[in-house]
Amino acid sequence: MNKSNSQLSPELAQKLYLSLLRCRKFEEKIVELYPQQEIRCPTHLSLGQEGVAAGVCSALEKEDLIFSTHRCHSHTIAKGADLKFLMAELYGKKTGCSKGKGGSMHFLQPEIGAMGASAIVGGTIPLAIGAALALKMKSKNQVSVAFFGDGAIEQGTFHEGLNFASLKKLPVLFICENNGLATCTPISSRQPFSDIYKRAESYMIPGNQVDGTNVHEVYQAAATAVERAKKGEGPTLIEAQCYRWREHVGPNFDYQLGFRSKEDVEKAIEKCPIKCLEEKIKNENILSKEILLEISDLVTKEIEESVNFAKESPFPQAEEIFMDL
Amino acid sequence: MRELKYKEAISEAHVQAMLKNPNIYMMGVGVADPTGIFGTTIAASKCFGKERVFDTPLSENTLTGIGIGSAMCGLRPILIHARNDFLLLTMDQIVNHAAKWNYMAGGKLPIPFLIRAIIGRGWGQAAQHSQSLQALFAHIPGLQVIMPSSPYDAKGLILSSMESDKTTICIEHRWLYEKSGPVPEEPYSIPFGKGTILRKGKDITLVAISHMTLEAKTAAEECSKENIDIEIIDPRSLRPLDEDLILSSIKKTGRLIIADAAWKMCGMSSEISALAAEKCFPYLKAPILRITLQDTPTPCSSVLETVYYPTSMNIVKAARSLFSGKPKDDAKEFIAAKSERDFSGPF
Ligand SMILES: Cc1ncc(C[n+]2csc(CCOP(=O)(O)OP(=O)(O)O)c2C)c(N)n1
Ligand SMILES: [Mg+2]
Repeated sequence: MNKSNSQLSPELAQKLYLSLLRCRKFEEKIVELYPQQEIRCPTHLSLGQEGVAAGVCSALEKEDLIFSTHRCHSHTIAKGADLKFLMAELYGKKTGCSKGKGGSMHFLQPEIGAMGASAIVGGTIPLAIGAALALKMKSKNQVSVAFFGDGAIEQGTFHEGLNFASLKKLPVLFICENNGLATCTPISSRQPFSDIYKRAESYMIPGNQVDGTNVHEVYQAAATAVERAKKGEGPTLIEAQCYRWREHVGPNFDYQLGFRSKEDVEKAIEKCPIKCLEEKIKNENILSKEILLEISDLVTKEIEESVNFAKESPFPQAEEIFMDL
Repeated sequence: MRELKYKEAISEAHVQAMLKNPNIYMMGVGVADPTGIFGTTIAASKCFGKERVFDTPLSENTLTGIGIGSAMCGLRPILIHARNDFLLLTMDQIVNHAAKWNYMAGGKLPIPFLIRAIIGRGWGQAAQHSQSLQALFAHIPGLQVIMPSSPYDAKGLILSSMESDKTTICIEHRWLYEKSGPVPEEPYSIPFGKGTILRKGKDITLVAISHMTLEAKTAAEECSKENIDIEIIDPRSLRPLDEDLILSSIKKTGRLIIADAAWKMCGMSSEISALAAEKCFPYLKAPILRITLQDTPTPCSSVLETVYYPTSMNIVKAARSLFSGKPKDDAKEFIAAKSERDFSGPF
């Protein structure tokens, strides 16, 4: 199958829709449950930004590897993580994906290629490149992906990393989720221009800008980059423009802080990646309404199960603090 | 005297120093955003505007170097990090450059530079957002390291750093931010290398650092019911360290406990123990005891956080053991006493 084909097949539409809904409903559940104060860790939600994770990860195979950031829920979910283990991690339980050691900012599931997330901005870019180096040295036909935000462009790791990855033609995708914000500071106060994809040019690699709310467009760009990487032609930088609906950390909205207006946020929410895909599916008659409903019900059930699992799981024993060091 | 919260005392120190000296400027990720580093930079930002108080890109190491360069040329930078952990990105500029430049220049280029960073304990901050790294900096000749525990000390020490010709690392604890205490309105300074006695006592010298001073006070009250009279010393600055104050107290009590919510190995507690062993060994009547974090990274799960952080109960047990002759509870005996905690919520 030519993955970069511009047609959206029913098969792919279903895959993308499922992925988007898993990301969305998982975090909507967090919004609902957080006030109970049982999720006792800082959670950075990616509500509104799921198109990037779902689009990129749908273009990957299970063996491909991803590295993520403090805002790691959707990346890990879209890569195919078991929601039970993620939810249990949020609850600080022994059955969580890192046994209660990591929490919301460090989701992972190495069995499905989710290699972890750093709460240090820019921290995982080198790790993804190192993984790509290993893949290349071991002649594996796989790719590695670094997810990061627009803030990470300001770190040395981004520039040093792109330089090295380009030099060695490594099979790595640099996926920048440009939501225009680092906490409450807009990109215009931090960078001289906001077209992040243009940075690729100085490292002699392709750079693309895509609409992060258009999951199919993201998918196509990622699929092209994967093809290129697997052919040994080296890395690609993809800038996916998106919008963070909620506060930087936590389940609430943040317009009361005054750095953006309620109207702006509401306008952004109108441009929901899930809605956009549903419209495309409907207009082009790709899938029936029943199938979409079926997927939605399935995901709702999966989320409920994950919450039950999390709540019923035991906490770690005190001695476990010394394990895994 | 008027009372201020810790965070308000810091804020006031910034404004007063910047009013006095136009060469002071302030930068860092989020210093000019609406939340203003937990409220400590909002007033300065309002008073002095974007020229002197500005948000930065997420480029901590390079910004540190920019601070150093500007300090060489007549400015007095203040660089602020919302987490201690981000200092680790700046180790090259702090250790290789700020701490050494004046020495390598034969004293011709001092680097007057204040770097503030906050320990983000609690609410599952986990391994990369809650570290207590004072020992890394206290290790380095050429730096000053302060850890004020009261609003009074926070204002005084920050104002002193603004008069100093050296680079100062100020490490603050998030759980101190809402605590109130008396703070004079006018500017004042507290000399570096001068500790303070928080409670007089005759039986045990308890050196407590930063937030552990609060646990120490609770512990001392508890112990006084058992006729154990604890003297609490807050060194306030770790480099230089007030050796005389610590040593004279040990000479009086003959017993030493150190409470530092950081790692034990090569930590401040090691340094203070070594000081006692080197300089007043004959006065010691019992082994030195140390109350520290568990020897692991910070776990996220709230049940493991409880195990990770020492509390007043750990201190009480240690104090008792010095008199009962029984060995101190070892690190693996967990005391889940509720630590004083008015901090919850996502940040
Ligand atoms: C090195 C470092 N500096 C500062 C922070 C504090 N911080 C956490 S997330 C964040 C904003 C990051 O923005 P971006 O990379 O665009 O990611 P987003 O949160 O928008 O997804 C900041 C400043 C950090 N975690 N690491
Ligand atoms: Mg961003």
